[in-house]
Formats: sequence, structure tokens, C-alpha cells
Amino acid sequence: MSLTHEIKFTLNGSPVSLTIPLTMSVLTMLRDLLNLTGTKYGCGEGECGACTILIDGVSVNACLKFAVDCDGRTLTTVEGLVADSRNDPLRTAFAEKGGVQCGFCTPGMVMQARHILDNYPRANESQIKRGIEGNLCRCTGYKKIIETIASVGELDNKG
Amino acid sequence: MIMPDRNYHESSRAHVTGAALYADDISNIGNLLHGCVQASTLARGTLCALNLERVRQSPGVVAVLTAADVPGVNDLSHLPDGGGEPLFIEKEIVSEGQAVFAVIADSLDNARQAAKLAVVEVEPSSAVITINQAIDADSKIAPSRKIKVGDSTRAIDNSAFQINGSLYTGGQEHFYLEGQISIAIPKESGAMTVIASTQHPSEIQSTLALLLGVSSNSVTVQTRRIGGGFGGKESQGSLCAGVAAIAAQLTSQPVKVRLDRDQDMIMTGKRHDFRIDYKAGFDNDGLIRGVSLDYASRCGHSLDQSKAVNDRALLHADNAYYLENATLTSHRYHTNTTSNTAFRGFGAPQGMLGIERVIEEIAFTLQQDPLDIRLANLYRTPNRSVTPYGQEFDSKVLVRIIGELTEHSEYRSRRKKIRRFNQGSPVIKKGIALTPVKFGISFTAIHLNQAGALLHIYRDGSVQLNHAGVEMGQGLHTKILRIVQDILTIERSDIRIMATNTEKIPNTSPTAASAATDLNGMAAASAATVLHDRLIKVASHRLDLPEAELSLSDGFLHTGDKPIMSFNELVNEAYLQRVSLFATGFYRTPDINFDPDSFTGSPFYYYANGAAVSEVEVDLLTGEHKVNRVDILHEVGQSLNEEIDKGQIEGGFIQGMGWLTMEELVWNDQGVLQTHSPSTYKIPTCRERPSIVNIDLLRDAPNQVESIYRSKAVGEPPLMLSISVLHALSDAISSVANYRICPQLNVPATPEHILESVQRVEKLGLASV
Repeated sequence: MSLTHEIKFTLNGSPVSLTIPLTMSVLTMLRDLLNLTGTKYGCGEGECGACTILIDGVSVNACLKFAVDCDGRTLTTVEGLVADSRNDPLRTAFAEKGGVQCGFCTPGMVMQARHILDNYPRANESQIKRGIEGNLCRCTGYKKIIETIASVGELDNKG
Repeated sequence: MIMPDRNYHESSRAHVTGAALYADDISNIGNLLHGCVQASTLARGTLCALNLERVRQSPGVVAVLTAADVPGVNDLSHLPDGGGEPLFIEKEIVSEGQAVFAVIADSLDNARQAAKLAVVEVEPSSAVITINQAIDADSKIAPSRKIKVGDSTRAIDNSAFQINGSLYTGGQEHFYLEGQISIAIPKESGAMTVIASTQHPSEIQSTLALLLGVSSNSVTVQTRRIGGGFGGKESQGSLCAGVAAIAAQLTSQPVKVRLDRDQDMIMTGKRHDFRIDYKAGFDNDGLIRGVSLDYASRCGHSLDQSKAVNDRALLHADNAYYLENATLTSHRYHTNTTSNTAFRGFGAPQGMLGIERVIEEIAFTLQQDPLDIRLANLYRTPNRSVTPYGQEFDSKVLVRIIGELTEHSEYRSRRKKIRRFNQGSPVIKKGIALTPVKFGISFTAIHLNQAGALLHIYRDGSVQLNHAGVEMGQGLHTKILRIVQDILTIERSDIRIMATNTEKIPNTSPTAASAATDLNGMAAASAATVLHDRLIKVASHRLDLPEAELSLSDGFLHTGDKPIMSFNELVNEAYLQRVSLFATGFYRTPDINFDPDSFTGSPFYYYANGAAVSEVEVDLLTGEHKVNRVDILHEVGQSLNEEIDKGQIEGGFIQGMGWLTMEELVWNDQGVLQTHSPSTYKIPTCRERPSIVNIDLLRDAPNQVESIYRSKAVGEPPLMLSISVLHALSDAISSVANYRICPQLNVPATPEHILESVQRVEKLGLASV
């Protein structure tokens, strides 16, 4: 028998109330209970970054965080990035500049990129590398991902 | 002529919003059960007793599977002669990670909890773990193979100089970001549909038919996309698919089996590790007079694809160099470790390392730039152009690549600068190297060089496209969409590419050997051309104009420059005329042949060439290194998509660099893998990326043979460009004894191996003063 707990939080802009087992991770809650499968299971131990989401605006590995810790907080997943002047250029850049190959790391990368750009709107290469070093990609060799994030930063510069 | 290149990844919009579905994301399956596979923790021994009573009684458990529950043949080997690779252990344990039993429960958590309650009694016996143990035990898994040209023994003996040595190369975990997974959904009358993360749907289909004891027409396998494969999902998908399908048949409910990352790393095969023993003889001009290369590889507990992998290693033992007198031998060893399998390059990377070491040894002996030794030994038409297996290789393109790369990378002047830098830098040593790649394109199993496509046009002019290849991030679908788009002259948004499905295209070859675009692109082009020609005929009939005066362009039927009717109208006209609006396409690669017994023939339709210059710096105190700059010039023929091709080159290079410099698989003495998670097994992060990476595609170099739009395959060849990093490290290390001693650096060049090598060079350097 597992102990459960009721939590209330804001998910992608909407209030959610759920009763969850105490041992459940945020990743399992998102994928299995809330059907938000954009957040991926890559390693389950906080090493690959495929499950990166934002909690209160800070990037977090959803596989390492207990769902109960979400109580009262604000969660944003890749599905919940609103279409606006900040997110549209980011997604378009990822989609069109070759930053996506197999795509499995992409949602986590996009969320981490959001986090980087929120903190450093004009992120330089070193800040970008520091930012995504916890997000593994086995396909691209990272060049196009770094260029993608840098290009969005440059857009911000111009805007 | 093909249209300008503005097409990015066909699914990338879905990827960036999280809407692109992988197997694990498919959620609208009712009554889904979850499987947990319990693996052997012992490398070798006997399974004496298995008590699963408490497992069965654990909450949520619906079924427990063992070897006795396999309705058909308990074998995954998919080899006609039986590879001896059971899905579940029957009695004999031959490797850690073999499946002992599986628990099927209402949730993955319940299945995992239950699996812990099993009582497994085993009797250990002595295991063969390392290559050297296997060599000592002479535990061959398959007969050795040999290529012999000329008389290498005599040529070596008669040379002015002789060198010999050994080189160890580690294996490599694929670390596809999406792990192994399958979902089996039972259908009516004993049929089964399986959604699998695989590079080879047809092999899953036939393996499942054997396991379930049904014929192939009862099993449908579909794959929309996979989160990376790299060879690791060519044969390795059968485990999850097998457990899921047997459980689904038994319970009449859909079953998902997804391995944990650690399980995945423990249970599934990896790149073969090798010991390469070399002997060579040469004269003052640096020309290799005779060479002997002995490859011993660790195949693991079953044959899997080890024969073909080791064959390809032998077929690339020459890399880019003409070998007049050569004895090239491949020994394939059985070990009590995970069954090694396909991995990007498929043995060729290991094959090339041997001869590149020989080149390096010659350069150190003669105190010359290794590049000059490479150039001296390079294939040259007409007298030095036949490979050891008898295929003609025209080296013009490769000579051009090396020439252009040497110049624009400023290799020569940088090499001088680096030597000056090293004189004044006692701790940080820099190194530079240029290495070439010649990689043969085609499956060496000739029958695999075939592909099919199926194209439907609906009355509204929209198109569905199926082909035999799997999208695994290499941009296959994007390239093939473009080919069909080009022939039918419609928008990409009018064509929907469908999941790869054994229901649509039967008997598919694996998406492997870099050949998926070559094969499926031709098949898709053929289907599209059939429909194109039918539509022209319909128009000719309707308009009473000769076919030669009619053409499709920009989505319209034209006579001359004048548009007459839209593609959609033309399609509807064809329908009304009762003309078939679907077609199949088929392609078989021409002009290839190979006799695996005599090891001769022309197994490759063509070669893909490239070269890279890498510059590194090594910290002599810690053994750590950085790659500072990489310059690559690579040949892709007439590119189907330059951005995708560059992405393959960059990604392949970094993946190869990971193999050669940091990814280290460690088994303990008992054969238990110690590096079974990303916390202990390190693939490159963005931090390891060289600061400067210049990638250029060779211009004005269409494929000399008739490939799809004269393009060239690009999946695997660039991985081997990373060999330049290994040799640059070697160059840096050798500076500690004034470039007189070959560092004989083993792979992976981890800080430990680099320090070992530094100490060896220092010691030998002092001894020789």
C-alpha cells in the first residue's frame, strides 16, 4: 500500500488538483497521470535532461523531483510554452536550424533553452554550454543546438 | 533537376512542441499491462531453480513468463543456423543481462516490485570475460576469416625496417536517448500488432512469428520514428518485442515492455571491442612493403551480427592505403558478456585503427610527418588501386579531399607552430593529425541491398508515402519526401509520410549500412515515377496531346510553359478514367557481388570519402585533454539536403570521438558491467565539443555511379573522421620524448590511458637517449 497525498498546482497555466502516491516522480505524474508525453524518460536518474521542465521558472529534471513537491508551485512543460514572441522564435529556430535529429532530447533542450534565455537573454556560447551541459544529445554533436539558442539570443538583442 | 534545398526535418515542428510521438508516448491503449524483465546477474553458470510463487502473488501481477511460456521457439538469434540466443534462459547462463523471467502487471511499479520477490538459485562456473581470456581459451564463436594478398611474411622480412605491436579498442554503448521499447497489441484470430522502437521491423516480425509459433502474416510491426538507433536497434529490439508479444498473446491484453536505462545498458549489445596485433615492414620511402593485421574481437555470448561486423572490419583494414602484401585475419571470440552488435561503422572503425597505427609507427621510425606516410601509401590509379578483396578503388576524390583539406586547414604550418609551442610548454602539449576515411557503401550481405515503397494518391490530390526505412534521426524521411515531392512537383505538406509498417512493405532490410536513403530513395522515386507517368498518360488521353508535350511542374500539368490543370484536378481525372492511383516501387543495388568464403568480390556500390584534421591539447599532469579545433572535408555526392548531411557529419564525428576518447565500458572480474548508467558511462556533452569545428562538403563531386540524384550515403562514414583525434593525441603525447617514440595509445584515450602512454614514452625516451 502506498501512501497518497493531495496536491494543487498550476500546470501550463491551468490549476490542477491531484491525489498522487508519495513516491511518484513528477515525470511519472506528467506522463502517466496527465498524459503530457512531451517530457521524456531518458535515464530516470537526472543525467540526460530529456525530462527537463520548469518549476517556478527554474529548469528541473522531472525524474528526480517528487510529485508531492509540486504542491503550490507552477509547472511548465514543453506542451505549455505559450505561443508568444519569446517562445515562437525559439521553437522555430529549433525546428528549422537543424537542432533536431531524432528529436528525443528536443523537448528537454527547448525547456532548458527557455531557462537559459530567461536568465541570459543574450546568452553567449559559454553561457549556453554551461546551460545545456546537463542535457545529452547523441545525434547532433550539439553544434546546431548551441547555434540555435545563440540565434534566438541574437534575435532578442535586435528586438 | 532537384529543387533548391529549404526543407528542414519533416517532424521538427512536432518535436519542439512535444507532439511527436514515440512508442512510449502512445497512450490511447486500453487495459495496457506493463512488463519488467529480470536479468541474470551472473555471467556464467547454471540456473538450478526458479521459485516465482511470491512473484505471482504480488499485487497487480497478471502473468509471469519463463522459457516454458514461449509458445514457439525460444530463440532471438534470427539466424538460419541458429545462433543460440534464447529469449529466456532455460538452464545455461552465458552472460550477465540475459533474461531469466518477466513479470507482467497492471503497472510498471508493481511489475518491478514483484520481480524482486523471485528466488533464483544459480550455480556459477568460470567465465570468459576479456578478449585476452578468450584468446587464451581459444573460445571461437565462428571460424576465423583471412584475406591474403602477395606474401606479407617475406615482404616484411625483406624490408629495411620492421615494426610490431598491439592495440586495444574498447566497445561502445549506443546510448540512444530513447531506450528499447515495444508495445504488443493482440488482434482478432491470433494476429498481433507491435509498435516497436527498431531499425528492423521485418526482423522483429519474423522473430515474433517464431517465438509465438505463428506465421509472419499474423504479425504486424510498425515504427513511426525512433529516438536514436546507431545500430543498437538493428537486432536488439527483439527482446522487448518478444516479451511483450508473448505476454499479450497469453493475457489477451496489450503489453508494453520498456527497459530501464540501466537494464538497457546491461542487457543489450554494444560495439565490438578488439585487440589488433600488427606487424609491418617498410623501407626508407615509408611505403608499406608488407603488413600483417590480426583482429581479435569480443563477440559476447551469441553470434548476433558478429560475422558481418567482423567481415566489415576486415574489408576496411586497408582504410585508404594500398597493401601489396597483406595478411589480414579476423578471429571472432565467444565471451560471457553481452552479445555485441551493430554500431555505426559496423566494424570498419576498428578495422581502420590497425592500419592507421601502422602508418603512425612508420612515421615515428622514419621521423617523418605521418601525413606524408599516409600520402605515400594512399591508393593511386592505375597501379595501386585494387583493394585486398579485389575491388577497384578510384582514389581521385580522396586525393582531392586530402589536398584541399591540408591546404585550407593550414595543417603544415599549424604543425610547425604546435611543435614550437610544445618546446616552451612543459605541461600542456598540443598535437595535430590528419586522417582519411574511405568507407564502402552497401550491405556485404548482398541480398539486403533491396528496398520497397508504396505510394497512394487520393482523389483530392493528397499523397501517402510508405517505404521500407525507419526514421531514427538521420533525416531519411525528410530526404525521401523531397524526392517524391520533386517528381510529383507538389508541396511537401501534400505528402504524408506514414509509419514504417510491415503491413505496407514486406521483407524490409534493416535501416542500416548508411544505405537507407540510397535504397528507399530509389524505390520511392520509382513508385513516384510510375504514378507521374500514369498521370501524364491520363492527361494525354483527355487532352488528345502527345505525352511528350505534357509535363508536371509546380503542382500543375503544363504544355510547354502553359499550366492546364492542377495536380488535384488531374488526379481526379485519373480516378474518373479508372486509372490506378497507387503504385509500388522496388530497388535492388546493381553491380555488387561478394563471395564471403573466398572473401573476394566488389561488395560496395561505391565508396564515401572524407578526411579530418584535429588539433588537441593534453595536460601531462592529469592526462586530461581538449579538442581545440577540427576541420572536416567530406564527400556526400550531390547532397539531397546539406543541413542534414552536415548534421550527420558533426554528430558522427562527436560520437566517434566519444568512443575513442571517453566512453569506457568496464566489466569486473566476474563479468558484471560496472558502467551501466549515464552517471558512470560518459558520452560527450556539449562541453567536450571542440571549440572550433569547420565542416565542408566536397563541392562539384556528384556520385560517379547512378545513386539517387547522385548523392552519397552519409550515416556512418563521418564517425571514422574522429580517428584524427586519437592520432592528434598521440602526436601531443609523443612530444615528451621529442617525437621519437610511438605512444601506442589505446582506445578509449581516457586520462588514465593517456597518462600510461605518457609514462611509457617518457621511460622509453630516457632509455634511448
